[in-house]
Amino acid sequence: MARHVVAQVGEIPPGGRKVVDLDGHSVGVFHVEGEYFALLNWCPHQGARLCEGRLWSGLEGDVPGDYRTRTDRTVIACMYHGWEFDLRTGRSVCEPERLRVRTYEVTVEPDHPSDQDGSTLGRLSRTNATAHTFPVTVEHGNIVVDLRRTPISATVLGTPGARSEGNIDITLIPVEGSIHSGGAI
Amino acid sequence: MTSTADTLRIATRPHAGNATELIDGDVHNIVPDTQALFPYLSEHWREHITNTLFKGAPETSYPRWAPTTERPGSELPNWRPAGSDLSVIKRDVLDADGLSFAVLCCTYAIDSLHNPDAAVALARAVNDWQIAEWLDKDERLRATVVVPTQLPAEAAREIDRVGCHPGFVQVGLPVRSSVPYGSRLHAPLWEAISRNSLVGAIHFGGAPGTPPTPSGWPSYYLEEHVGMAQVFQTQVVSLVTEGVFDLHPDLRVVLLEAGVTWMGPFLWRFDKEWRNLRRLVPWVKRAPSAYVRDHIRLTIQPVDAPPSDVHLRQAIEQIGSDEMLVYASDYPHRHASEPSRVLSVVTESHAARIRSANARALWRLA
Repeated sequence: MARHVVAQVGEIPPGGRKVVDLDGHSVGVFHVEGEYFALLNWCPHQGARLCEGRLWSGLEGDVPGDYRTRTDRTVIACMYHGWEFDLRTGRSVCEPERLRVRTYEVTVEPDHPSDQDGSTLGRLSRTNATAHTFPVTVEHGNIVVDLRRTPISATVLGTPGARSEGNIDITLIPVEGSIHSGGAI
Repeated sequence: MTSTADTLRIATRPHAGNATELIDGDVHNIVPDTQALFPYLSEHWREHITNTLFKGAPETSYPRWAPTTERPGSELPNWRPAGSDLSVIKRDVLDADGLSFAVLCCTYAIDSLHNPDAAVALARAVNDWQIAEWLDKDERLRATVVVPTQLPAEAAREIDRVGCHPGFVQVGLPVRSSVPYGSRLHAPLWEAISRNSLVGAIHFGGAPGTPPTPSGWPSYYLEEHVGMAQVFQTQVVSLVTEGVFDLHPDLRVVLLEAGVTWMGPFLWRFDKEWRNLRRLVPWVKRAPSAYVRDHIRLTIQPVDAPPSDVHLRQAIEQIGSDEMLVYASDYPHRHASEPSRVLSVVTESHAARIRSANARALWRLA
């Protein structure tokens, strides 16, 4: 595994995505309002190309007729059967404890290439108990994905022991040398 | 609203029942004829019934000639309908089976009456008749509030009128309805059931005027009889999907004469489709099977059983809970299956639950 430059900042517009091949693994990199998320392009249901699905806001309700849009939460719905997964955690909306898709930590490092060793910033601490994540940093205008840390397993189904293995870094490198301010990046 | 995720809605009381106790969750008390209701009707309705062809509600769900309607030995002299004589029910059901409780389910077809005033008057009369001639005469009996389900606001009024009587433990809802029970049109009905801490008792049959199958009118009673399981499924889907259990987190529902072996595979499908379509109904926060296991119970007569005991046991295990099945004889209706067969294939502790503990928890019998 190795770090990969996946895109240049600016190449993925807000609301956009780029699906890349990293060491034979298809990974979708999403840009949501200044934050980047990376997700294995493989639906844990039946292996469809999850990252080609439609993005939605989180949607909750308590009683009939109650539709509460969670603009702070983005989910991707698989194009095959509509199964929803939280873009940030990879967890299934319906069965978060049982089912999740592999996600990769996405952070933006300061424009210091030396910070690429995986002890990266931000979202890793939020998600490392729930899914496989890749830090994303930005270096010299390039988006870099680092696969050096562990191999990717295609899906994780209720195997808590597998949660913390397989962190892969995606490093976003700012074009102008600046750091994106959204959330952890 | 707080999450309902970790509260079991129908908690089985630890002291409830014992291994030998038997509670019958579905015994039918039948209105013998409209004249029996005269003491409980106003002068207007007595005169109207006497002087016109109106003879009250017909028993369309249970044709008198059908072998499923009256089991051998339950027939009464002078063409009185089986199940209309308390002394016979005492002898053949309560005493013969050594019951601690029997839950009466009167299926008088109020829902078939298009005259709303007649429907309300006859529902009131049937309930007062049940209090005076059944509940007051044997303390082992519990009964079903009969309501005009086609008029939810009127039904709610009747539930509030008699629901506080300790003998009434549930409200009868014929499974065949003109609109599924989860619809908001039925909101007043569920509010009243919930307000009075009663059980919603969805029962085989009904005469709402709409076809008994989703595909239109069948030709033979056999078609209607077999197809009723689909109608039960429709009601379960409706209650969960339209959020009735989210609005009423303590609500209990029992399916009477629904069959039970379809439930497991049905829940597989329901859960699967929910994962696909849940954005339409975000208030359905848990898998439908979780709602069903928390809120819904089924009586075990009839049981649509495979010939092999092994397969029957598997079908029951597929339901996924030992708290959902409730013993019932369905007297005086006749089925080709025996509820004892269910009791014989499950574990002893499960059988004890079916015989009494699940019924005690469902109807809060004490």
